[in-house]
Amino acid sequence: MGSHHAEPEPWVVHRVRALESLLIDKGLLSTEVVDKVVQTYEKDVGPMNGAKVVARAWVDPVYKQRLLADGTAAIAELGFGGRGGGDKLVAVENTPAVHNIVVCTLCSCYPWPVLGLPPVWYKSPAYRSRAVLEPRKVLAEFGVTLPAETEIRIWDSSAEIRYMVVPMRPEGSEHLSEAELAALVTRDAMIGVAHVAFPAP
Amino acid sequence: MNGVHDLGGKHGFGPVEREEHEPYFHADWEKAVMVMNLIGMVKRIYNIDEFRHAIERMGQAEYLNTSYYEHWLASVSTLLVEKGVIGREELEARTREFAANPQRPLGDSKDPELLERMMRVVRKGMAEKSEPQPAPRFQLGEAVVTRNWQPPGHTRLPGYARGHRGRIHAFHGVYILPDAHAHGRGRCPEPLYSVGFEAGELWGETAEPRQRVYIDLWESYLAPVEGERRRDG
Repeated sequence: MGSHHAEPEPWVVHRVRALESLLIDKGLLSTEVVDKVVQTYEKDVGPMNGAKVVARAWVDPVYKQRLLADGTAAIAELGFGGRGGGDKLVAVENTPAVHNIVVCTLCSCYPWPVLGLPPVWYKSPAYRSRAVLEPRKVLAEFGVTLPAETEIRIWDSSAEIRYMVVPMRPEGSEHLSEAELAALVTRDAMIGVAHVAFPAP
Repeated sequence: MNGVHDLGGKHGFGPVEREEHEPYFHADWEKAVMVMNLIGMVKRIYNIDEFRHAIERMGQAEYLNTSYYEHWLASVSTLLVEKGVIGREELEARTREFAANPQRPLGDSKDPELLERMMRVVRKGMAEKSEPQPAPRFQLGEAVVTRNWQPPGHTRLPGYARGHRGRIHAFHGVYILPDAHAHGRGRCPEPLYSVGFEAGELWGETAEPRQRVYIDLWESYLAPVEGERRRDG
């Protein structure tokens, strides 16, 4: 099943080594490139970037307006952009009336510049098949129950546009600094499958 | 193509299983696959649409029986061979060498220029930008109906959204048409829209209440709805 991380055949490991060594032979790859690129995604490009965007939007209403009007430009103001396939970033805002969820039913498009590499569940057949058909049931599995009157908007990332959710600011967080707020914002909340909790669980 | 990758609305995959404290990679080979794919695109050996379509072509049963990075591996190796970068026999022979001797050294050389180029892509991106032409045919709020077609090649019109009515929610700009670009037929840039669909339109009476699905669709996927023009999207 694509959603599981089954132990791959040893063949996979040998095949990947073979490809790597052939590309190195042909001057198209070095192990240093593999290490440095991976390190960047493990350490520097991740949900902490998106969390800074959300926290800024919570404390600065004018920034939030810019973010919702032109996500790419507003996110670039904080220094984030880059590879993720996508050309354009769109931020969608959760409110008591509207809840947004991001999915890619055709493959696994995901806003890398602000969220980093996607978790396995986001790429799983279960999430990709069900998020568009029965979002309330999927949200319930994530522990999110929405009022019946809340409209759910699903964003199926079928092109080079990437979506991130601006979750609702939790009640009781009024006194927190921007940095403290950013620490509360989770990856799942920016995909739209979680609320932001305060105090953090 | 009507492949199993086109998952929207399918049944039978069970609950969404999550892993606590999930690492970004579960094995070193996954890291190598991710970076080799970036190289394939940065070096313009293939484009992202060819990459996605090579996953779709990997075999329907195998797609469901393999992990995400195994999909990437299938696509990267298929394309490197098809584009003539690596010989099929050469790849098989080298794979047998590593099977016989997993400790065989990779060989290596530093390549500062490649490293700098890759890091620039990671930081700044390499996506194709929106193009100025052609002008969009549809207006915001306009009712449209998606084509009901069954293209055997690559497309980004999901199966669950074919032959359905929606409204233009936003105009994103003019972008390369994946249906052409995945098959060596050029860029064929077209206006790209966000189209909003009521869940009831897509799923009928089983739809959950108060739900809309927004899908990014190229202009040639859409036709006007006769007798309807603007209304709030």
